[in-house]
Amino acid sequence: MTEIYGNYVERTYTSDASANSEFLVMNFSPTSIPLQHRWRNNGLSADFLADYLSTFFPGEDDESLNLRSEIKGGVSYIANELLENAMKFNYAPAKHSVSIGMELKEDMVVFYVSNSIDPVVIKPFQDLIQRMLTEDPNELYVEKLMENEDDEESSASGLGYLTMMNDWNAILAWKFEDLEEHSDAQKVTVMVQYSFS
Amino acid sequence: MEIVKDQYVVKYDSENSTVVCSGSFRLTGPEYTDVAEILNAAADAKPEVLNLDLTGLEFLNSSGINTLSKFVIRLRKHKATQVNVKGNSEFAWQKKSLANFQKLLPGLVLEFD
Repeated sequence: MTEIYGNYVERTYTSDASANSEFLVMNFSPTSIPLQHRWRNNGLSADFLADYLSTFFPGEDDESLNLRSEIKGGVSYIANELLENAMKFNYAPAKHSVSIGMELKEDMVVFYVSNSIDPVVIKPFQDLIQRMLTEDPNELYVEKLMENEDDEESSASGLGYLTMMNDWNAILAWKFEDLEEHSDAQKVTVMVQYSFS
Repeated sequence: MEIVKDQYVVKYDSENSTVVCSGSFRLTGPEYTDVAEILNAAADAKPEVLNLDLTGLEFLNSSGINTLSKFVIRLRKHKATQVNVKGNSEFAWQKKSLANFQKLLPGLVLEFD
């Protein structure tokens, strides 16, 4: 069964890579190395994606420099958040890899990040997604901060997505689908459209 | 009080009530406990003016935003009289995200280099 939340647009680059399409995909196979020990990889991968993309925006005048700095900052922040989330929530027993794909369109960057997900967290995650898509993300952001303030152990659920929406004007959508190789777990893909002017 | 790591530095100078954060805050949630300890000490000293210097903080993740936001909320609870946050406009995330601190503490002064 497939469930969609938000205006999810299927990626085109996997099946039909037309000549004018710029994209990059990174795949991380499941590993026994503890997450703690490979956490730094998320930032390194995000910075690589940001650096890679910034070369598509040349120019040394102030406007070009500002745009490049904005895109680099946005891609670095968003990609890092998406990777941290995917690594944190990837469901080890499903032995499914984490992937991040980034496609450059005319005035936006589109990310697709996939990971497997533990069946027990699917429902609460979908409830949170529903709130993020229907409520004011600004208010929800402050609410989450206050919630986290009362709970020292909280992992700040949703803050990463909410900062992408609030601070970077990103548009998010999700797709949940069954995993062939593991009947209990599902695969979730988040699509993030980050527009720049 | 200070933490000096390869990736980041946090320093609290109680004499001039200044907290400096620099480098890259991309830690896992639990790893921020030590950072929060320094921030809490700075807030709990209840200085009249507190300065937060972020001009060298190039990156942070949402757990880092959470940690800094908790610090700002704690300052509000202590009814801090003046909080000055110094940012660096060269780092795009700061232009996007730092203004959120003013929502948590309306009197907070935010200045960019």
